[in-house]
Parts: sequence; C-alpha cells; structure tokens
Amino acid sequence: MTGSALAIDHVTKAFGATVAVDDVEVTLADAELLALVGPSGCGKSTLLRLVAGLLAADRGTIRIGGTTVDDGTRVVDPERRHIGLVFQEHALFPHLTVAQNVAFGLRSLGRSERDGRCSHWLDLVGLGSYGRRYPHELSGGERQRVALARALAPAPRLMLLDEPFASLDPNLRAQIRGDVVELLRATGTPAVFVTHDQVEALATGDRVAVMRAGRIEQLGDPTEVFHRPRTRFVAGFMGDASFLPIARDGGGAMTELGPLDVPDGNGERVAVARPDDVTFEPADAGTAEIVGAEFRGPVRVYTLRLASGAIVHSARSHLVRAELGTRVDAALVAGHRLVAVVDEHTATGLDFDTCSDPD
Amino acid sequence: MTAPAAVDASRDADLPPARVGSDHHRRTALGRLGWATTAVIAAALVVIPIGMLASSILTPSTDVWREQWQTRLPGEIVDTLVLVTGVGFCSIVLGTGLAWLVAAYRFPGRRVLGWALVLPLAVPGYILGFVTTSVFGFAGPVQTWWRDQFGRDAWFPDIRSMPGAVAILSLTLYPYVYLPARAALRDQAGGAYFVARTLGASPSQAARRVVLPMLRPAIAAGAAVVVMETLTDFATVQYFGIDTVSVGVFRIWRGTYDRDAAAELATLVLVLALLAIGLERVLRGRARYGAAGGQDAGIVPRRLGRWRGPAATVVATSVVLAGFGAPTLQLAVWAIREARGDRGTPLLDRYLDFLTNSLTLTITTVGICLVVAVVVTNARRFAHPRVVGTANRLTAVGYAVPGPVVAMGVILAVVALDDLLGGVGLGLPGVVATGSFVALAYAYVIRFIGPGLGTVESGLGQVPDEITSSARALGARPRTILGVVHLPLSRASVITAAVLVGVDALKELPIALLLRPIGFDTLPVWVYNLASESRFEQAALPALSIIGVALVPVAILCRRLDRRPVR
Repeated sequence: MTGSALAIDHVTKAFGATVAVDDVEVTLADAELLALVGPSGCGKSTLLRLVAGLLAADRGTIRIGGTTVDDGTRVVDPERRHIGLVFQEHALFPHLTVAQNVAFGLRSLGRSERDGRCSHWLDLVGLGSYGRRYPHELSGGERQRVALARALAPAPRLMLLDEPFASLDPNLRAQIRGDVVELLRATGTPAVFVTHDQVEALATGDRVAVMRAGRIEQLGDPTEVFHRPRTRFVAGFMGDASFLPIARDGGGAMTELGPLDVPDGNGERVAVARPDDVTFEPADAGTAEIVGAEFRGPVRVYTLRLASGAIVHSARSHLVRAELGTRVDAALVAGHRLVAVVDEHTATGLDFDTCSDPD
Repeated sequence: MTAPAAVDASRDADLPPARVGSDHHRRTALGRLGWATTAVIAAALVVIPIGMLASSILTPSTDVWREQWQTRLPGEIVDTLVLVTGVGFCSIVLGTGLAWLVAAYRFPGRRVLGWALVLPLAVPGYILGFVTTSVFGFAGPVQTWWRDQFGRDAWFPDIRSMPGAVAILSLTLYPYVYLPARAALRDQAGGAYFVARTLGASPSQAARRVVLPMLRPAIAAGAAVVVMETLTDFATVQYFGIDTVSVGVFRIWRGTYDRDAAAELATLVLVLALLAIGLERVLRGRARYGAAGGQDAGIVPRRLGRWRGPAATVVATSVVLAGFGAPTLQLAVWAIREARGDRGTPLLDRYLDFLTNSLTLTITTVGICLVVAVVVTNARRFAHPRVVGTANRLTAVGYAVPGPVVAMGVILAVVALDDLLGGVGLGLPGVVATGSFVALAYAYVIRFIGPGLGTVESGLGQVPDEITSSARALGARPRTILGVVHLPLSRASVITAAVLVGVDALKELPIALLLRPIGFDTLPVWVYNLASESRFEQAALPALSIIGVALVPVAILCRRLDRRPVR
C-alpha cells in the first residue's frame, strides 16, 4: 500500500457553537502507532469518531490508506472503511460467544475459512480454548483481548482504539498495553490510540499528539513531546512541571536556576522545570526554602520556594531526608537544561475548561 | 497473550482480505436518509389526522355550533369539567395516599397489597361501570334488600349520578398515579427522606416537605394519563347518565354521520386534553429530579400501631375488593348462572366470532406498531438522531390524544385520501366514511403505538452505542445490525411492547364504537351492547375474558415495581 495509512487534512467538526475538532492535520505512516492524548473534552474522541465514520466532518478531508472516506460532503459509511475499532468498555456482543464475536467481521468468508481465521486469532491472543464462552464469563483483560482479536480478524487497514485500557485494573493495565502494542506491531497494523493518560501515551505511541480545545497542540515522538514541549499546556499536561520566568541579558537567557536556550519565535515564554531537573543542597545561607514534601514511593518530591517566590519541585531519592523549613541552595541537575515554552496563558495550573465538547 | 513476540505476521499477510473492492461503494452524507425518512413518514401518519382534526375548527360550521350551544353543549362542557376534575383529584388522593401507605408503613398484608393495588387496572371502566350500576342500581339486589328492610321510600344514594361516575372511573384509573408514585418513592425519595430526618424533621414533616414535592412530577404525569383516559371515555359515563363532550361527539357521529360536526366537537376534547397536558407541565415546573435524592437508602417502613395497622389493611383491601375482587366475583357468578341457565347460551356461538374480530384487530395493531417501533427506534441509531428523535416523539403523541379525537381525525384523513385518489380515478373500495377495518386499525395504531415505542426505545437504550459502532466497523450494514445485534439484544422489550399494545387494543372500546365497520363487533363492543340492554349475565363471560387478558400487563407492571433499580 502506498501513501500514508491515515491522512487527516484540515478537518473541522462543530457541535452547535462548540468547535470540537478545529482544523486538525495529522498523517500516519504505515505501521505507525499514534497516541492521541489530552484532557477530557479536548476533542480526541470526536476526532477518532470522525476517522471511524461515526461522525461526519464539517470541513476537511480524511483519507485511509489512500482512499478518501470523508471530504466534508461525501462520507463513506463506517462499515465500508476497513477499520478496526476497540472501545473502553470493549463492546462485545453479549448474546454471541467469543468465537461468534471474533467471526462477526468475517461473514463474507466461507465457513471453514472463517472458522480457521477465528481460531487463528483466538490463539494469537491466548484465548484458543475460550471460543464457546460468553463475554460475561470473561475477566476484563480477557474481554479486552477478544475485542482486539475481533477488530483485527478482518485485517483492517487501520486500528482505532478509544481509551482501550481505561477500564482495566491498574495492575493489569501495563502488561496488557504491552501485549496489545506488540500484537499491532507484529501484524503491521497502523493504529490510533485515544487516551487521557499521558504515561500511557508516552509508553505506547511511536508519536504522540497532544490535543487541547479541538486543536493539536504538539505532535512528535514521545521524548520530544516530553522533553521539548512547545507550549506551557503541553509541558504541564505531559508531566509534573513548574514554570520560571526568563530574564534576557544580552545574547543569552537566564532563569533563577541557570541559563537556557531560547529558540527563535515570538510570544511570551517561560522556562519549564521538571522535578527531575532540580536538585538542592541544605545550606544555612541558602536562598531557597523547603515548603512541602510528598512521598511517592521510589522518590520524594520536595516543593521549594526560590528567592523570587517562584515554586519548583525536586524529586530526590528516598534516602534524602530534609525537614520542612530547611534553607537550601537549589540548582539544575548536572546535564539537564531547562527549555522555554510558549506561555499562552498566565493562570497557574491546567486550563481544562477551555474544552467543553461532549466526548 | 501467550507469545505475541512470536506472532507470524507473514501468515496473516497470506490471508485474503476479508472484504474486497468495496472502496468504491461511496455514499453521500445523505446515504442514511432512508432511515430518517421512514421515521418522518411514521410521524406524519400520526400527526396528519390529528392536525386535520385540529384545523377543522378553522372552518367552523356555525349552524352546528349554534344548535349545539343552544342545546346540549353547555351542559356537556360543565359535566366534562366536573368529571375530569373529580376523577383527577380522587385518583391523585387514592394513588398517592396508597403508595405512601405501602412505602412508609408496615401493616398486615403490606407486601401482597402492594401489588394487589395495581389489579384494578385490569378492569376497564365500562365493565366496572355496568357491574356496579346493576348491583347498586334501583332494580339491583342491594336496593331491593334496602327497600325490604326500610320501606319502599327509604332513601338510597343514586348510583347513576356524577359522584357514582367519578367513583367508578377513579377506582379503575388510580393505578396510573399509584404506579409512578411507588416507583418515585423507591428510586428517588428514599435518600432525601433519610437526609431530612437526620436534619431534624419528623416523619410527617419529611413526608410533607421533602417527599411530596419530589413526587410531584410522577404524580402529575400519572394524573395526566388519568385525565386523558377520562376524556376518552364515553361508554362508562353513559351508564351513569352523564353527558360529556366525548359523548356528544359519539352521538353526532353515530346518529347523523355528520363528520364535520363531530370532528369540530372533537376539537373541543382536544383542547381539554391540551389543557391537561399544559397543567401537567405547570405542576411539574422545572423539576427534573431523575435519580436525585439517592437510591441507596430507601424509606424504612415503620410499623403501624395495634389498631392503625389493621385499619390500613382494611382500607387497602377494600380498594382492591371494590376495584377488582367484587366485580370479578360478580361476573363469575353471572357467567356460571348463565352457563347453567335454562335458556342455554344462545350467544356463546357468536363468542368465537367476536373473539376472532378482536384478535384480528389486535394482532394487526400489534404487528404494525412493533414494526414501526423497531424501525424508527433503530433509525435513531443510524440517521440524524435529533431529527429522528423529534419524529419519534411525534409518532408517540397519539397516546396523549383522547380516543374520539384520534377516531374523528382518522375519518377526516381517510375521507381526504379517498377524495384525493378519487380525483385521479382510483377510488378506495368500500365505505371508508362509515368505517372500515383499515381506518379502525389505523386509529388503533395511532392511539397505542406510544407505549410500544417507549418500551422498545428503552430496550434499545440498554444496548450501548459502542456495540452498534463496533458492528458497523466490522462491516455490518445497518439492516444487518438491526437483525443480528439489536433485535436479539432488545428481544425482551419488544415482547413487553407487544403485550402492552395488544392488551390496550384488545380492551379498547370508544374507538371501536366510533369506527367499527358494520357487523364487525369486538369483545368490548359486545360487552357494551349487552350491558346497555341490561343483559348482564350474558355479558359476564366476554367481560371476564377481557379482564383475564388485561391481567397480563398488570403482572408485568407489578414485576417492574418489585425490581430494584439497576445501576
């Protein structure tokens, strides 16, 4: 197959006055996994439903495997898009057995071939002996695997997964996530994951698209999105972040914790400091003070108030113990550099309520 | 997954694609128009007759109105208002009071009485009416005994009066308030009642200040149904010598076959029905309680005292006896006496005819209602949900329109269609104006599709959207999904809908009286005719069969009442 697995070109979708998906542009290479992440209501599920054909775009073009499925006026029905769809609640047909569920998308095949493919896929997901069971007799993880086998069995050109792991027990989640990713890679199926969990997005995607208020705020590989966020929103959403004002002096730029590179570009910028960027040493004449501490198992995250009053966090080994009120000297961890991001809003914390679409 | 790393991807690539070459079957955004169109047509078929009736008032026949106004109409309007107000008020008091009694107190027989209080719903007013008037009427056993005891001129309340009609209709209709009130007490008010108690309210204060206001929407909805049924009825009230506007419509239509005059008078019934719906909206206010108030902590019933407990049992039992037990027993006695009588049972051979007529009509109605309900509820999944949703609400509107209005509207529509077809040289066979089976079934469908549609809708509502979406992504067309996924998953609700529609159709009297083709008598029509001629013993068997069938949906409603709310 030539061309990209999925091409979303300037797609817009509004519900009444609410623009849920606003002029979005994404392309997906063959066999690529894209994680679509954002706070609830940011339009990521709407975008997935547009690709699936469950909704029709107001404007723009969607192509799957080179075929135009939606150009804003003509829409291909979901049943003709050759896609696999997996939902959070798995949506197995409760009145059909596991085998009948997997065979549902294979109705055009002859009986023997259908049975063969059905058992092939059940074997692949490790449920070879479960064919005659009903969905309600399965655990959450097993249902998830049946849903995956059912979606993959007709050899879709593209898999769409809407919060596929959100309903699973947290202890199982990481393992099943790994299994699913491996299966998608083994079959070479391109896929779009929707998730609100940034850890999941970073762990599963070849690339990560961060959405906010209907727009893709940043699209890149996981390390890039995490370590070189473009905006304050992306930095804050993808992980713990504190923000420091930047002072320009001559050619360079400084923050309270040290120098940084300011890339070209317009707009007000702030520096991002993540807990692993910041360290401290107790010092009687220190300019910073420990004002909070939170135990997180492997690390303890300290809250420091710098001389200017700015707040940063510092993750330290549990071996480091410092009392509240201790005066300290704060510094960057050796080798870490702060990055500057576009400061599109001055409010502290995340600005979730700019999104209000119904997904 | 056992060994995903060892997955043989090449093997998968060898498999032929499941669906080949369908890329070009591109559809426009209007490709699902068929579903929406069906829903809109269904709505139009319901709305057009009612609309034609409503617009008939725009060209009033002044002489008819003048004549009516100078003769019966003022009395009919007064009687209608008094009857509707009386029945509405009594049903609210009975329904709410009994619901609260059963929910909040423990007394002997509470559990059985809780569902037995629904039983009177199985006895149509026209049956309870003739049983009561015959037993308590001047020539009946009670008054005869009374005169024997206290002399020929001893005073006895006249049963054939407005209070009698109000009492009988209230006894058959109060379950429409009782059921939603019980459900609301179970699902909504429990938690709020409990919270009010912890905030220092006594049980009666909590009931008055918290529970009753929370029940208001449920009571208003139930009372609206009661009012609608009262407006529809023109058979029961005639036993009691009450002339309502609906009786007037019946008299004009069956007396003179002047359809314009009858239709115009029926608009008055429609206006009264709209007033009732408006009143319900006002009473409900902006309240949308849903499950507010918490579901977990229900009202814990308190034990009633030594005397008040048995007193509660007596009150509830006498309502069940008056509305169900006694009339059924009396009918059974009559039926047995008739079967053993010397005359033999001359009408029994015709019983099968009437039964066949009733069943044909019922099965036709159920069949059409189910097909339409299933198709238009599915249309909501596959076509524009808002357009189809609006259309479906209109399709269900017939249940809130009194029977005479539906019947006269259908007559106008069928006549108009006849004129239209006649204009192009395709006359309808038969006597559409005086009633045909098609018109009769059409009116039944309009009147009874509402509860069927609602039941199927809630059944399909249990099937998550994701199930439908998954099936579509797997290549199934909407029609296939309807048959292979939606119908099997909502089968129970379709069966329930069939029962609800079927029983309503089987016991319906007013529309049959207005529209039946000559010679096409249903069971209720037969009962009504015999009762009108005071041949009660002969009417007993068909009346009992109607009650027997009507018990089926009552059992369904009772089961819903006992079911704990599912989360």
